[in-house]
Amino acid sequence: MNRKKQSRFQFCGWMVVLTLLFGFTNLQAQIVEKPEYGTFIIENVDIYPVTADVIKGGVVVIKDGTIDYVGSNVKPDLTGEVKRIDGSGYRLYPGFIDSETQLGLNEIGAVAVTVDAAEVGSVNPEMIAQTAVNPGSVSIPVTRVDGVTNVVASPVSGLVSGTGSLIDLYGYTPEAMSIDQRAGIYINWPSSGKRGWWDSRSESDIEKDYKEALDQINELFNDARAYHAMWEAIESGDLDAQPDVNAKMDAMRHLFTQEARLVVRVNREKDILAALEWAKDQDDLSFVFSGVSEGWRVAEQLAEAEIPVIATALVTTSRPSDHYARPYQNAGLMANAGVHVSLSTFNTENVRNLPFHAGYAATYGMGVEEALKAVTINPAEMWGVADKLGSIEVGKHANLFLVDGDPFETTSTIKDVFIRGYRIPMVSRHTQLNEEFLNRDATN
Amino acid sequence: MMVFLLSYGHTFAQPTTYSGPQTVLIKNGLVKTITQGDLPNTDVYIVNGVIQEIGQNLTVPSNVSVIDATDKVVMPGIIDAHSHLNTVSTNEATSPVTAEITIKESIDPNDVAMYHALAGGVTTINLMHGSANVIGARNATLKLRYGADQFGLQFQEAPQTIKFALGENPTRVHGQGTGVQPRTRMGVERVIRDIFDDAIEYDRKRQEYLSQKAAYERRPNRVSPPVPVAKNLRLEVISDIIKGNILVHCHSYRADEIVMLVNVFKDYGVENYTFQHANEAFKVAPELAEAGANASVFSDWWAYKFEVYYSTAYNAAILHENGVNTSINSDSNELIRHLNHEAAKVVRYGGISADDALAMITINPAKQLGIDEYVGSLEVGKHGDVSIWSADPLSIYAINEMTLVDGQVLFDRASDAADARLDRAISYDQSFEDLQAQVSEEVRGRQDDACMEDAFILFESGSQMEQTHNH
Repeated sequence: MNRKKQSRFQFCGWMVVLTLLFGFTNLQAQIVEKPEYGTFIIENVDIYPVTADVIKGGVVVIKDGTIDYVGSNVKPDLTGEVKRIDGSGYRLYPGFIDSETQLGLNEIGAVAVTVDAAEVGSVNPEMIAQTAVNPGSVSIPVTRVDGVTNVVASPVSGLVSGTGSLIDLYGYTPEAMSIDQRAGIYINWPSSGKRGWWDSRSESDIEKDYKEALDQINELFNDARAYHAMWEAIESGDLDAQPDVNAKMDAMRHLFTQEARLVVRVNREKDILAALEWAKDQDDLSFVFSGVSEGWRVAEQLAEAEIPVIATALVTTSRPSDHYARPYQNAGLMANAGVHVSLSTFNTENVRNLPFHAGYAATYGMGVEEALKAVTINPAEMWGVADKLGSIEVGKHANLFLVDGDPFETTSTIKDVFIRGYRIPMVSRHTQLNEEFLNRDATN
Repeated sequence: MMVFLLSYGHTFAQPTTYSGPQTVLIKNGLVKTITQGDLPNTDVYIVNGVIQEIGQNLTVPSNVSVIDATDKVVMPGIIDAHSHLNTVSTNEATSPVTAEITIKESIDPNDVAMYHALAGGVTTINLMHGSANVIGARNATLKLRYGADQFGLQFQEAPQTIKFALGENPTRVHGQGTGVQPRTRMGVERVIRDIFDDAIEYDRKRQEYLSQKAAYERRPNRVSPPVPVAKNLRLEVISDIIKGNILVHCHSYRADEIVMLVNVFKDYGVENYTFQHANEAFKVAPELAEAGANASVFSDWWAYKFEVYYSTAYNAAILHENGVNTSINSDSNELIRHLNHEAAKVVRYGGISADDALAMITINPAKQLGIDEYVGSLEVGKHGDVSIWSADPLSIYAINEMTLVDGQVLFDRASDAADARLDRAISYDQSFEDLQAQVSEEVRGRQDDACMEDAFILFESGSQMEQTHNH
């Protein structure tokens, strides 16, 4: 190759690199394509407020990020620029809420450096999920275009995993996404049973491990309670002292001030009963039980204790001896017994399937109305944000979606999603790859 | 309290077990034939396990049992082209090539997971070896004849298939885990080409030897005895792949490795193969269509490992639009319980027709397993494998009410046993499988496909090695 040819070759090479870079930037730009903001009026739409009756052919106005008007055909006077959306043939729902995910914390399960949900150590209440939520996670747009507008990002490891944060699935910083960074402290209730077929511990070792873990929990909460009382005394001037900083205990204090709920992950019947027994002695805490795969076996006790639960539907049975449909029925059996149920996918990249968990729960005993609550107003109430989320009411955040039919139906299509009044571009990695490759040039 | 009484009341009821082909009339349903449209108010008459007649108001002998399907939807039993439902063990992860092994020797005929799949309308599965090896074991096509033994479960008419695997799993287990090629995708291609070349060479020598041996045996006094060429089962199986006697089902994700195998198979004349998972198959759909390759994919799984990060739930629709025969599979004892719902996702993500979506869990996987002559649609002469639904099976509100295999009702929602296990040696209390363990695995990051079961021992040594190297 002569020099001239070589330089032309290099030039072509650079052009290729530039084109690639440019193309890549372009693709990235699409991912963060800006949402629209302003005043929106959605007309002729069937409104499903959740907390009130359905309004056929109604009107909803979104202004300053909140729901400004909800009504039947009366069109309110609006000043300034208004973006009109024809909702005929569509239904409007409040955005769905998933109460236990690792969305934003984990990116690729098998790539450890992208997994931020599991910190080292056993007692980590001071680990706050929100700080590690990646607003650029590719899974976030994938999730929100399917109508899930809010999730709790929750830590998973150890005994006290950390503090879960309730977030909007839109925002450029974790703070902008934040609804409540201290939604709940998640703990993994020690199991009194085998952890799986691979658990080779003897019965007495299992019992011993369980007792030790329970002792550890009791000691932790007794210490935290004493620490909180000490600080209350200092804050009220009853005690004059300057104790050392203790971040773990400071974090635990949010449980006693009721700012954070204690989310107990517990599944086995025996363990749920043990956790209920333990909870009786902790009347200064707000509890949530999560997982509760055998909640149907103790539904009445859960209802009596008035502890809300987070449950799922699309899992295998807990025991080979269980009825095949028990996982689908579990949430409904609890709800019908009077338990306050919120549904979750317990997932990361496929939190978008939350509507289908609700659909299965609805079909297998929960009913459509209750299942809808379980992904909207129930989680909003459970997390103490029913003034902001969970229904279509004036003054609440404009977290909404428009769908061409029943939102639980797999074959329905979502037309529009609003988060804090931002009209979200209906674009994700999945739609982009579809657009690029559906009619790919087969000669290239 | 009713709940408890009901469920415990059923505890001792036994599930129906397979007793052989039956004669039955399914009356007055909306029959989704899959290949010949939807037939309203139609009967399906199954005689000795085979569909004898489909039509309206069929007259049958009075002693034939009748299933009233009025207001129900009758469709073929669902076929899952990728499952590890009831394997005893899944991976023989000791060598990059283990073609001599067969999963037929690793079937648990008592696994209640089969019943749970039947409850979801599934009647046939491709019970596969795992993906630890570039060329794994031969698979077993099974009919879910719950109650039959491991031999009775076999789909006798089905051709033999074999598992291949590309990408991260074989390179992690072998190259990274034990320092044996392949460590890279370059190595994966060489493993296949080298063993194919060995098999061709072996086959030539072996056939030569066998004919010389035959000649010697005919005329022992005139012909000298040949030097023996020992039988090598591994190479015989590979040779059968090249000859087209065994269908390849290849675990794969990335577009480049998919194209690699297409090229290799072109060179060796291998046809009629299926890419399994194939999350990036959509990127090379025209190439797959041209090669006549099939794809069997997830409806929406992605991002659990790097090689599925650039995925799209529109994969199946794009492949379908490009003319690639595509099926939706489970690779999961959970997803297999609702493959109808998984198929409906292809309508959501890509807008294909309802009929095309149902084909992806019936006739399309049947073609991939070479059994479309027998199952995958409701047609005269095909097996009486049927599922009967309360509503359109693509609806989230549809419930499978009955599943028949060879004309026998093996799942009936109206009378099903709460505890459907065949083997009840394990007590209720011992049988709890901690969801938390499953969930925490999921949230730590779903790290593997189900098809990496039993490869963990090697993995652990692998990751320890990696850590040692890192420090």
